Amino acid sequence: MSGSDAVIEVDHLSTRFGRAVVHEDVSVTVNRGEVFGIAGGNGCGKSTLLREILLLQQPTSGRIRVFGQEVGAMTQADVRVLRRRCGVLFQYGALFSSLTVLENVEAPLREHTELGDDVIRELAVLKIALTGFPLAGIEKLPNELSGGMRRRAALARAIALDPELLFLDEPTAGLDPVSAGGFDELVEQLQRLLGLTIVIVTHDLDSLWRVVDRVAIMGDGRILGTGTMEELSRADDPAIRLYFHGPRGRAAKEQAEEQVWNQK
Amino acid sequence: MMGHMDATLTNGAPASLDRLDDRTLSCGGAWTLPCLDGIERRLASLHRPEATAFVCDATRITAMDVSGAWLLRRTLNGLETEGRRVELRGLRPEFAQLLQIVSATAVRPAPAEGGGTDSWLERIGLRAWREAADGLKALAFLGESSAALGQLLVRPPRIRWRALVRSMELDGFNALPIVGLLSFLMGVVIAYQGAEQLRTFGGNIFIVDLVGISLLREIAPLVTAILVAGRSGSAYAAQLGTMKVTEELDAIRTLGLSPMELLVLPKILALVLALPLLTVYADAVGVFGGMLVASSQLHVTFTEFLTRFEDAVALRHFLIGVGKAPVFAVIIALVGCYQGFQIRGGVDDVGRRTTISVVQAIFMVIVVDAFFSVALSWMDL
Repeated sequence: MSGSDAVIEVDHLSTRFGRAVVHEDVSVTVNRGEVFGIAGGNGCGKSTLLREILLLQQPTSGRIRVFGQEVGAMTQADVRVLRRRCGVLFQYGALFSSLTVLENVEAPLREHTELGDDVIRELAVLKIALTGFPLAGIEKLPNELSGGMRRRAALARAIALDPELLFLDEPTAGLDPVSAGGFDELVEQLQRLLGLTIVIVTHDLDSLWRVVDRVAIMGDGRILGTGTMEELSRADDPAIRLYFHGPRGRAAKEQAEEQVWNQK
Repeated sequence: MMGHMDATLTNGAPASLDRLDDRTLSCGGAWTLPCLDGIERRLASLHRPEATAFVCDATRITAMDVSGAWLLRRTLNGLETEGRRVELRGLRPEFAQLLQIVSATAVRPAPAEGGGTDSWLERIGLRAWREAADGLKALAFLGESSAALGQLLVRPPRIRWRALVRSMELDGFNALPIVGLLSFLMGVVIAYQGAEQLRTFGGNIFIVDLVGISLLREIAPLVTAILVAGRSGSAYAAQLGTMKVTEELDAIRTLGLSPMELLVLPKILALVLALPLLTVYADAVGVFGGMLVASSQLHVTFTEFLTRFEDAVALRHFLIGVGKAPVFAVIIALVGCYQGFQIRGGVDDVGRRTTISVVQAIFMVIVVDAFFSVALSWMDL
């Protein structure tokens, strides 16, 4: 499995909080250049897995390798380099509330590069423009923005350092269908243009059908199945079937098929 | 600061742009964000070709990301606005695509911040207006809470006993250790300072008057109020502010309940009940501290001290001290809750308003205490 193409390798990972088991023997591989989905019901350990890959939390046992390096054995300097290569979009944006949108996007550039003020400003504006955020609003504070705009601003901050690996934690949760669709399109576009590797944690079935190349379905702290949406929707596992063949799952699938049809 | 180390994470040499001859520039290296440090300076000092039309050879560019593409575009644009024509050659197709995206993404210069040209007169006026509006809002809050309190007193069953008792525990009972420790120390300090002077005059027994009156009348109520303002006033502001940010206050309103009745009044009532009790406790512990110093430094025994205490310290001193406590309590609770309600939006506003609530509450407590002193001395009390 561990070819040079693997960006993230999670190997027999287990996590326990006291007696509560969050993960049991989880193994996942994400390849370079793909959009990888992590899906599953509420509380199945998706976000914890993401936090462990991002070094925000320690697993109880098992190994995680990012860019071929084991994260548990990293020095401070290694971690810093790794963080620079990754961008993260948190579920609620996590924009710094005392800074304007522009300053939010400038912040990582100021910390990690030695570029001049003008260059940093222009680069930040470019990143903001790439996410489709209206440039008239870049002097606004995060609490003056709507949910969708906040998400775009947060995405601009996540791609500020031109990361090779982008993590999106429930990027479309709480967005209206139009905004969510727009966001999916944006992610797709960025991936195509910039050749990013993207890991999306979501339970938005529309997003899964639309933007994700491969997906791992989680349930009860385990990986129930990994594969393309097409493969998984034909799987026999009852838990996966429940996920795909509920009324919402069917509707999302039909819609996705219709879209593919229309494109042809 | 980490620029040099970071350069190792990318494949290849840092981005470069050099002049080959009069008609050719050559770009090379990795045009990626970690490798761009310093390129600005090299671009600025670049000796530009004389010719009005020249070639930029990009064959040696090994890597490129959005930032690098944008910097290359910016450089070429810069050269073109100087009236030259530049032809880019040899750029790998994937990099050319990036360059295209960057060119297509409209980057207008960021709009200048509005309102930056205010004159000083305008700023003063604006500030004054804001302060006045703030004062009006505070007055409105005072009126609103008084009205709610009045309604509550007419219909006592509506009092939220659970919240009230909880608040008394948090803001009164839990404050006992710190209030006790500090008033004990105040008693010790006052007695020590007085002991030196009284011994020279041989008036050792007057330590009782000194400690008793100053503590009961002024120090204990004031120290208690200041501590509670720091402990509870700030907590009120932070709690209500966070509830406002998380829309819990709106939720309370939509459930047909009043935040005033549910959150503010129990706090005011609890503090009005708890602060006098805390003051009495502070009186006792403080006098005890004075008593210890009196017996060790001035040889005034506990019995002598207490006998003298009955004669020297009139009941009114105690009553005045304890009587001020409810007033302080109302001030602390109102200021804390008011500042909490004033929080708008952001998280850092919670911190700012919490600080303001403590400073304002302590300030107002001391001012009101001064009023009390003046008024009571007029009345010969």
